[in-house]
Amino acid sequence: MTYVLPKTLAEALEISAGQEMTVLAGGTDVFPAATSLGMPDNIMDISAINDLRGISDTDDHYRFGALTTWSDIANADLPAQFDCLKQAALEVGSIQIQNAGTIAGNLCNASPAADGVPPLLALNAQVELSSQDGVRVLPIQEFVLGNRRTALQPGELVSAVLVPKDLSAAHSHFIKLGSRKYLVISITMVAVIVEVDDQSKITQARISVGACSEVAMRIYALEQALIGCAASEVATLVKADYFSCLSPISDVRAKAEYRRNAAVELVTRALAKCAETL
Amino acid sequence: MENQKMEISFNLNGKSVQVDTDPSYRLTKVLRDVLKLKGTKVGCDAGDCGACSVLMNGEVVCACMVPAGRLNGAEIVTVEGLSEEEAMGKLQASFLHHGAAQCGICTPGMLTSATALLMKTPNPSRDEVKDALGGVLCRCTGYQKIVDAVVNANSLDVNATPNEPKEDKAVGARLKRIDGDPKVLGTDVFGDDGAPEEALRVVAIRSPYHRASFEFGDLDAYQKANPEIELILSAKDIPGRNLFGVIEPMADQPVFAETEARFKGEAVAAVVAPDAFFDRFKVSDFPISWTELKASLIPEEALAEGAALLHEDRAGNTMVRGIVQRGPLADEFASADVVVEGEFRTGFVEHGYIEPEAGFAVRVGDRIEVSACTQAPYMDRDSLAIIMDLAPEDVRIIPTSVGGGFGSKLDLSVQPFIALAAWMLKKPVRMTYSRPESMMSTTKRHPSHIKAKIAAKKDGTLTAMDFDGVFNTGAYASWGPTVANRVPVHASGPYFYPAYRAKSHSVHTNCAPSGAFRGFGVPQSSIAQEGLFDELANKLGMDRLDFRLKNALENGMPTVTGQVFETGVGFKDCLESLKPKWDVALKEADAFNAANASGSKRRGVGVAGMWYGCGNTSLPNPSTMKVGIKADGRCILFQGAVDIGQGSNTVMTQICADAAGLEFADFEIITGDTDLTADAGKTSASRQTFISGKASYLAGLELRNVILRQVNASENATIKLSATDKTLIVTDAGGEHVIDLSSLPQDKDGFVLFGEGTYDPPTSPLDENGQGIPYAMFGYGAHMMELEVDIKLGTVKLLRLVAAHDVGQAINPMLVEGQVEGGSAQGIGLALLEEFIPGRNENLHDYLIPTVGDMPSVETILVEAKDPHGPYGAKGIGEQVLIPTAPAILNAIHHATGARIYQVPATPDRVLDAIQGTKGTN
Repeated sequence: MTYVLPKTLAEALEISAGQEMTVLAGGTDVFPAATSLGMPDNIMDISAINDLRGISDTDDHYRFGALTTWSDIANADLPAQFDCLKQAALEVGSIQIQNAGTIAGNLCNASPAADGVPPLLALNAQVELSSQDGVRVLPIQEFVLGNRRTALQPGELVSAVLVPKDLSAAHSHFIKLGSRKYLVISITMVAVIVEVDDQSKITQARISVGACSEVAMRIYALEQALIGCAASEVATLVKADYFSCLSPISDVRAKAEYRRNAAVELVTRALAKCAETL
Repeated sequence: MENQKMEISFNLNGKSVQVDTDPSYRLTKVLRDVLKLKGTKVGCDAGDCGACSVLMNGEVVCACMVPAGRLNGAEIVTVEGLSEEEAMGKLQASFLHHGAAQCGICTPGMLTSATALLMKTPNPSRDEVKDALGGVLCRCTGYQKIVDAVVNANSLDVNATPNEPKEDKAVGARLKRIDGDPKVLGTDVFGDDGAPEEALRVVAIRSPYHRASFEFGDLDAYQKANPEIELILSAKDIPGRNLFGVIEPMADQPVFAETEARFKGEAVAAVVAPDAFFDRFKVSDFPISWTELKASLIPEEALAEGAALLHEDRAGNTMVRGIVQRGPLADEFASADVVVEGEFRTGFVEHGYIEPEAGFAVRVGDRIEVSACTQAPYMDRDSLAIIMDLAPEDVRIIPTSVGGGFGSKLDLSVQPFIALAAWMLKKPVRMTYSRPESMMSTTKRHPSHIKAKIAAKKDGTLTAMDFDGVFNTGAYASWGPTVANRVPVHASGPYFYPAYRAKSHSVHTNCAPSGAFRGFGVPQSSIAQEGLFDELANKLGMDRLDFRLKNALENGMPTVTGQVFETGVGFKDCLESLKPKWDVALKEADAFNAANASGSKRRGVGVAGMWYGCGNTSLPNPSTMKVGIKADGRCILFQGAVDIGQGSNTVMTQICADAAGLEFADFEIITGDTDLTADAGKTSASRQTFISGKASYLAGLELRNVILRQVNASENATIKLSATDKTLIVTDAGGEHVIDLSSLPQDKDGFVLFGEGTYDPPTSPLDENGQGIPYAMFGYGAHMMELEVDIKLGTVKLLRLVAAHDVGQAINPMLVEGQVEGGSAQGIGLALLEEFIPGRNENLHDYLIPTVGDMPSVETILVEAKDPHGPYGAKGIGEQVLIPTAPAILNAIHHATGARIYQVPATPDRVLDAIQGTKGTN
């Protein structure tokens, strides 16, 4: 058993280069898994790398350090397109989980029901991967590959999540559907971002659905159909046909068909909410 | 492998501490096992329950998910640190004042989470409190009193509203719990909190299959390779009988399976070693080979021809059948104007107490002492004596505080493992179930498959009911026979029928044993009966509450077993107390639906009635209580009715105080130690307030008479105990008599005056048609639920519950409300959220119990139709409160949407299916 607590990213990357380590950030996935399986043998606790926590703003993107917690995000002062991400942050588990869980952990755990993924997908987020060989940046779709599968290579760490500044006058909304109010794994959740021109006509729409496929999906066909429409009528344009890309499963939480229908209904409602704020 | 150690220093509750420990340890382990600070509780080790919530650098986190290695320089505040600042002490006082702590196992997590909120928001709204407490599960309280306590923490002047006895009587007063202080200070000792430091740990090896045969590999070689292991236990080590059961003639459950495991999670062996050994222990290394066998998981499979028998002597996998019948069934159905029928299904329900089973055992000479969480100390003693081949007197059970029970802690869990290991090794041994272990191996509520048919005349008079219920009783008997007997007696509900037949059939399957869970099968049967009542009322065009009123049992009317109560049937009063609220609620729902016809929300109102017999069904059921005054002026109640959070410690004392004519504050209690307290039976069947309460009353009365006889005082004399003067002052018309306690002869324990009371309620056996006197009393009640259904998503939002309960006499109205609020929360879980699926959801993130955000407001109406047997007329309440909640919810969903739900839980997909007219089953 080894436990290491690097203080810098460079130190962490050096350790990762030498040995396969279980990375411990917020601990909200590693410890629950250990309840039945025991603690992993080699643990690298990256929580002491202070540079990896926090939100910053550069010329062309927002940068969320890997260790930025959901509470950090919920409390941050961010433009309106991030409303969906902030709403998702407040729906991650409970306050206890939001105070510990991190944005990068949510991505690396790659649960189909990860609450953070649909809003980040809608925000066109990119994942910054660091290793001793350097840095590479992947669109989130190319990072989260499947149920518990990511593009993370040995020796790599997620160092940040980058959100491009590619929207203006945007409105966004997130809805999570679960069987109970708090501490619940989503049956379905949706994130919606709508950008409008000064006549309130849609110039960009981004719609994503989580827990209805192995990875969260963008509903591109619907996004295309909405461009040029009046914001006030968007909710009436949502049709089930647009959602054929989803492949939900049946499990203890809900049946597949229910998930598919709920996704359509939730997207309709999220778009209506966006329209209300215009 | 050696554990890595790291020197870590941090600030704990304002003081700096240094530990040299494994950096991968959870903070919970550091606090509890390294620093011996047991106030922080462990409920799941997965962030699902919040019991371990602590403040880390001012923010609330689950200590089970913080590694020790990152603690350097951190500031940690646990429950033990909350009493140091006055503002935080106020919160704890507010919890006690509001009755916000029942069992107390979630209380530390609630307090720390609330503190994080109150530091930022001193006077929060209810919604802010809910957001702050959403991550902490409570299974006892229904959360309402917890929210009250936090909202009022900084505004309540606790001293201005003292919980004083009402008109000099303790009975009827909202007294604070007698055992409350340790629960809010984090000093209460639960199952996992009391083991000696050097205690070894036992870990069970359990079947990974629903049914499997197995063979051990080379256990000696395994032990040699792991020299820290002190003992490996299996069936061959049992000195006595490798079988136990709560109903001795049905005892069928082995401590360790011998050749074949009959359910997933059954123990086959156990490893005993120092705690640190298990840090790196892998179950997969244990030498055992399994052969999976074909399992029957539902009664349909177990009853199929050719299905393997779980127990050779139980043909067809039938454990037991029950029947109650009365009156000419065919004739009454034939003469009826309306007949409705339906088929209803419910699943396994997990008790979900936040304290997993835990305890420790110590061998003292040739006796074994077991301290564990339990609801039934004397039953534990007698079962362990048989397993250990000891005389019952050589087994001592000292119950720890119990972090919730609800029926499952009536059965043995850790006790045989720790007793056996401590006995063989002559060393103290502890055991704590993990959450998955607790969920996979302990008893559950019986799944049911019920077919029922009910008929009525045009004017709404019931004529007949025919009920047939099949119950999945799992691999072992446990309390299955009780469920099979109780259901036919109760399936009618508290209504009069000219003709009635109810049959039950309990079937063994390869699932965890179904046992006792608040209501013993009656919540399941009530869903069918109360659901069909709404169908009848609707068909007849009658108001649904009026239909129930028309058929409600009253004094002097025979029940379905032919029992006639001349007094004390308060059911109609319960319904009538709901009537004005019902009429308003119906109007409001109609108005809402009319105004929102184009929207997706529909409101509905539902009502359901209930009854529940207190105590064992037609079986002896005695309790004994003892009370004494010592020469030094202390007054001690020996109170063996285990308090699992419901409040028996307080209630027994209130009753005894009034019976003796002493003050509540005069009393100390000694609880549930089989060496010290008499047998007060088990904490189940809503029997403690009634039966043990009556024994407590008789003990108090005898003490009073003994005191009065000392000075020949008259019956209506007043008695005043002065502990400082060591005197009793007895005053009657003849003046004041002073008894000098130190001058009286003392027994070996220093007692000078003593009272004892025993009570066994009058019942009679049921005949072959189930006719007779099953219970000396019933409790009655009715719930009205208002809710909102999202007809496009099938989600249900509960708005308001009004719960009317006939409790005879509320001994402590605050504790009764706590039972109502908490019991209905479990009813909500049954209706909307909870179904345990063996092998699928053995954790608290896939198995969902209600959070603080899932509760409606709960208004309790106490009806007091005094019972001639109960102490001061009191009746039981514990189980009553859960029974009508689920049918009231399902009836309200139907009212809102027109969709009848035939299978619970009514998850969003099932509700939507029902709304869309498809069959609401999987």
